[in-house]
Amino acid sequence: MKGRDDAPAVPTFSEAQLAEVHRLQALYPDPQGALLPALHLAQEAFGYISLETEEYVAGLFNLSPAHVHEVVTFYTLYFRERPGRHVVAVCHNLSCHLAGAPAIIAHLKTRLGVAPGETTADGRVTLLSVECLCACEAAPMMQVDDRYELNLTPAKVDQILGGLA
Amino acid sequence: MSAEAILTRNFARSDSHTLGVYRETGGYQAWAKAQAMEPTAILEEVKRSNLRGLGGAGFPTGTKWSFIPKNHPGPVYLVINADEGEPGTFKDRYLLERDPHALIEGMLIAARAIRSATGFVYIRGEYVEPWRRFAAAVREAYEARYLGNGFDIVVHRGAGAYICGEETGLISSLEGKKGWPKLKPPFPAIKGAFGAPTIVNNVETICQVPHVINRGAEWFAGLGTKTQGGTRMYSVSGRVARPAVYETSVSITLRQLIYDLAGGVTGNGKLKAVVPGGSSAAILTADEIDVTMDVDGLRNAGTMAGSAGVIVMDETVSIPEALMVVARFYAHESCGQCTPCRESTGWIYKMTRRIVERRGRKEDLDTILDVAKRGAGTTICAFYDGAVGPYISYIEKFRGEFEALVPK
Ligand SMILES: Cc1cc2nc3c(=O)[nH]c(=O)nc-3n(C[C@H](O)[C@H](O)[C@H](O)COP(=O)(O)O)c2cc1C
Ligand code: SF4
Ligand code: FES
Repeated sequence: MKGRDDAPAVPTFSEAQLAEVHRLQALYPDPQGALLPALHLAQEAFGYISLETEEYVAGLFNLSPAHVHEVVTFYTLYFRERPGRHVVAVCHNLSCHLAGAPAIIAHLKTRLGVAPGETTADGRVTLLSVECLCACEAAPMMQVDDRYELNLTPAKVDQILGGLA
Repeated sequence: MSAEAILTRNFARSDSHTLGVYRETGGYQAWAKAQAMEPTAILEEVKRSNLRGLGGAGFPTGTKWSFIPKNHPGPVYLVINADEGEPGTFKDRYLLERDPHALIEGMLIAARAIRSATGFVYIRGEYVEPWRRFAAAVREAYEARYLGNGFDIVVHRGAGAYICGEETGLISSLEGKKGWPKLKPPFPAIKGAFGAPTIVNNVETICQVPHVINRGAEWFAGLGTKTQGGTRMYSVSGRVARPAVYETSVSITLRQLIYDLAGGVTGNGKLKAVVPGGSSAAILTADEIDVTMDVDGLRNAGTMAGSAGVIVMDETVSIPEALMVVARFYAHESCGQCTPCRESTGWIYKMTRRIVERRGRKEDLDTILDVAKRGAGTTICAFYDGAVGPYISYIEKFRGEFEALVPK
């Protein structure tokens, strides 16, 4: 654990965000049911889930930071370090593989100059290689932030990357 | 051959997800009808329809509902499994995006049958657009007072973990924990979400319910085989001319599905192998495709209907490479709770990869088969059995191809 002195400003939700957490907690028979949704909110608000954020969220749920840490590390969609401004998650599972995913992944690596799991030096893109995103009818495919990008070709990949600020 | 489109009847319309279109095409009429029925009458109708779970296990839906304890004093929950993650499957994505009200109406009816006042819809975290569409439909349904009158829906988002598709893992995750499956019994119908009796059903299963009520159990049963009623949505991908989701009777054969609906095999045009029910189903060879695609038809063929994700491979596809991709998936997604699953999935991936990279040894294949078989049936959940299906079938049915990669 980092010492408090060099830790980033303690993450804190705004009033509106806190109200949303309380609204979510009330939807479940046990407020803990809202933990995953609240972590989604936290990631939206703070960009990623730091240990400090885990501790903060644990406080909102009366849970131990260890429990929240266990949850955060179990799921792939929570980032424990700040990702790039865009996240490009390319599918490497079977149907995409059969439709040429290896060439698409190789192309992404060359274009971005990073391997899956890494972020470009300018902080623009984090590249991930992921399991089936269940759009196999349009393989090969990838997810760019919230959007599914389908039927990829190297030219289409270039066009998509070109559009990312 | 292709049966009447039921679940997918509105998919061609760009506004099919709206309440207006849903109502215009008969939507919420089944709910009106069901409100005049006793809960047990709804349950009996669903039982007689031979509707079977379309999420993977193929369990009879009405029978599952009947496991909810009678006169239970506390709450009962209905949980919808929209955590679609089985490789090769994409049907629930279509239903959430293009016909979200069908799921809401099905939930209203199912909830009445099991006497539940609260439903949770667990949507895979990556499905952002399907989630937005479904959440918007829930808002419409509240405004129209279908919801909020004795039944509420909570839309819940997952956070990325295949194992949360397994019903007890899903429940753990819904409760705000890591998605570790639990030993059964107790089954969720006795002790499920938040400790209460819970029914977990797949999106597509519940979308069928309004049609069963509207048009009757006999009609629905008659669409399928003797032991499974209705149509289902087959997700077809891989080396076919028209990869897409096809709704058709569960009595269709795999051959018809590939050649008549999906337009036949691409690549070199010659079929080599097919995965018939998502990546956890045992692979079939080109000679084994004259099977009906219902739960029992595929079970008798030594594989499973699973999630109805059909992945087609032509002769140019390397089966060892395909197994390596599949094995990587299971190694990555094992939740790590059971030793055989955690250890074997990682180890078998490494061994398969070694063979594909031409660094394998002759005895590796038997060792993989031995390791795979030993863990089967010993684990907390069916994930590991779902991994063993491909390990064994790919190697046993295409052994020569693996052996050819081993240096002499
Ligand atoms: C490893 C594993 C993954 C599963 N993934 C899913 C899934 O993504 N969606 C689903 O509906 N069922 C999935 N299932 C099946 C569920 O456990 C459960 O049987 C199903 O949701 C019940 O609904 P049904 O009876 O309507 O099919 C999975 C099962 C296992 C063992
Ligand atoms: S079989 Fe595998 S995925 Fe299922 S509980 Fe055991 S370790 Fe987890
Ligand atoms: S294999 Fe890539 S989306 Fe399914």
